[in-house]
Amino acid sequence: MSKNLFDKVWDAHRVGSLPTGQDQLFIGLHLIHEVTSPQAFGMLEERGLKVLYPGRSFATCDHIVPTESRARPFADPEAEAMMAELEKNVKKHGIAFFDFASGRQGVLHVVGPELGLTQPGMTIACGDSHTATHGAVGAIAFGIGTTQVCDVLATQTLAMDRPKVRKIEVSGKLGKGVGAKDIILAIMARFGVEGGLGYAYEYTGEAIRALSMEGRMTLCNMSIEGGARSGYVSPDQTTYDYLKGRPYAPTGADWDRALVWWKSLASAPDASFDDEKSIDGSAIEPMVTWGINPGHAIGVGQRMPKIADLPPAERDVARKAYDYMQFAEGAPIAGTKINVAFVGSCTNGRISDLRDAAALAKGRKVAKGVRALVVPGSMQVDAQARAEGLDKVFAEAGFEYRNPGCSMCLAMNPDKLRGDEVSASSSNRNFIGRQGSPRGRTLLMSPAMVVAAAVAGEVVDSRSL
Amino acid sequence: MANKDPKRGLIKGRGLPLRENDVDTDRIIPARYLKWVTFDGLGAHAFEDARKDAKGQPNDHPFNDPRYKGASVLIVNRNFGCGSSREHAPQALSRAGIEALVGESFAEIFSGNCVTLGLPAARVSAADAAELQDLVAANPSLVVEVDLEGREVRAGAKKYALTMPEAQRQALVAGTWDSTGSLLSNEAKIRKIASSLPYMAWKTAG
Ligand code: SF4
Repeated sequence: MSKNLFDKVWDAHRVGSLPTGQDQLFIGLHLIHEVTSPQAFGMLEERGLKVLYPGRSFATCDHIVPTESRARPFADPEAEAMMAELEKNVKKHGIAFFDFASGRQGVLHVVGPELGLTQPGMTIACGDSHTATHGAVGAIAFGIGTTQVCDVLATQTLAMDRPKVRKIEVSGKLGKGVGAKDIILAIMARFGVEGGLGYAYEYTGEAIRALSMEGRMTLCNMSIEGGARSGYVSPDQTTYDYLKGRPYAPTGADWDRALVWWKSLASAPDASFDDEKSIDGSAIEPMVTWGINPGHAIGVGQRMPKIADLPPAERDVARKAYDYMQFAEGAPIAGTKINVAFVGSCTNGRISDLRDAAALAKGRKVAKGVRALVVPGSMQVDAQARAEGLDKVFAEAGFEYRNPGCSMCLAMNPDKLRGDEVSASSSNRNFIGRQGSPRGRTLLMSPAMVVAAAVAGEVVDSRSL
Repeated sequence: MANKDPKRGLIKGRGLPLRENDVDTDRIIPARYLKWVTFDGLGAHAFEDARKDAKGQPNDHPFNDPRYKGASVLIVNRNFGCGSSREHAPQALSRAGIEALVGESFAEIFSGNCVTLGLPAARVSAADAAELQDLVAANPSLVVEVDLEGREVRAGAKKYALTMPEAQRQALVAGTWDSTGSLLSNEAKIRKIASSLPYMAWKTAG
């Protein structure tokens, strides 16, 4: 038996034990955005502390950025104040900032990997719960709170309880039209929204190995939705091919050194884990959520569960979900009418997602009465999409193609649901009120399924188009 | 809060039952309040949307219920605080007067964030959480004692065993939950680990 990647990386970054019994863990890469950092910089200043390793932190703005006009000052004074605060803080502390002028702005979890900042064997922290995304390259990445952002700024370390590691093996080949989003929703449906508590997930198996890097990002992104603070895929040739040549990837002789180190960290076939689970990838259908947490997911061909058929502990939440969603238990999910379609977010706002979406949108039209939005995850994704003419494909099909940002994923900018609109969304959370209206209803699905729903005006199997 | 004793070994206060599983952080504090550059004033907005009905009128949410005014021990159920990493959620609860949470289980980032504010999130069994909620609902003036040192929650004549991650429990009892200080004291060791990590020295195009 050998150590898994998680344990090797943790041990390499462990500074020591703290009086509380927690480990003090060195953080190799710290990502900063406008929403959870101003209070942290405030705490730093209150204590008269400096940033210990300013070169290991990188900032951009994503949550509050308007996706229509990016002219400054922003129309929303609160958004403008957040942006100005971030600009002031990064300048003062000498932290690299991917602003609009850099051409590299975007959702942090899209920007980190695409710039090659995110690398195998690193510990990565960010004041955002979807930081697990970066685990796709074989890093240990997790979301932290604002006080911990201050800890990382001041010490480049965190006080952490070491989690256990669970291997999740997704065996077999995925069916045509089934992808990473469907895998992770199937995992949520199977193990529940709390199943990962206290664990880091290592995703492995034939279906995972076959995923592109971007697919692996989609997968790892939603680890937190299952209760796991981090999730990762051990690096392989797909990882190294993806990283090579990216701006912050090592160059020259350092690239060769990096490869040797990365390969030494990968989990070997005999690696040991605290727990192991498996699911059959070949049985996964395109998935859709029907309720108010990402575990409320079913195959597009299935019926919504009857409350009486659920385990007793699930019934109260399911009752609340049906009440809120105004859906009938036992009804098929296909055919559910939608008002809004959203392709974007750190889960599914990458170039491969936009390509998938455009391939289906081409030559089709968004159904009458459906408001459809495509929001690239970053300026680089946007540039690539435009170079491939995807923006025109979307426009011709009746989608609004917007500037990069988090947009309707959490609606901290003007993109919001209204009233009790139903949204087909490629994002990661279907919580009550998540998309900006306290009564808005979100159905999570893959980008292809979102486009199919946009075109049909209702939930349909994207494979039938 | 600055001059308050940081030790949290025993917290006493009236209870506030919030009966629901999987209460996410979007519900605890809606995302629009994340646009504030300080945490000040968040307390007034805790559960803001959950406290209103479809017409925008106050509903029967326990945070609206005058019987629980001034209560400081929030009694919840399973997977409380799931969702985002926003520290705004425990900040809002703390600023709304909550000094301890008791429940069946808590999401990990959330309970960690609670500790950094000196706010215990103590676990009891599902049945005990439900019973405590019943007790408090029947008698809102009942004082609930969250005894981290003795590892139990007491309410009237009743006692319930509590659990929480040992590191968190000790930090709260000892008053050392403010982690920044202890992290800061190890700078030499931090630099040593940093210099042992291969990637710290790699050249990149940038
Ligand atoms: S896209 Fe959504 S989930 Fe991702 S960082 Fe932005 S708000 Fe968070």
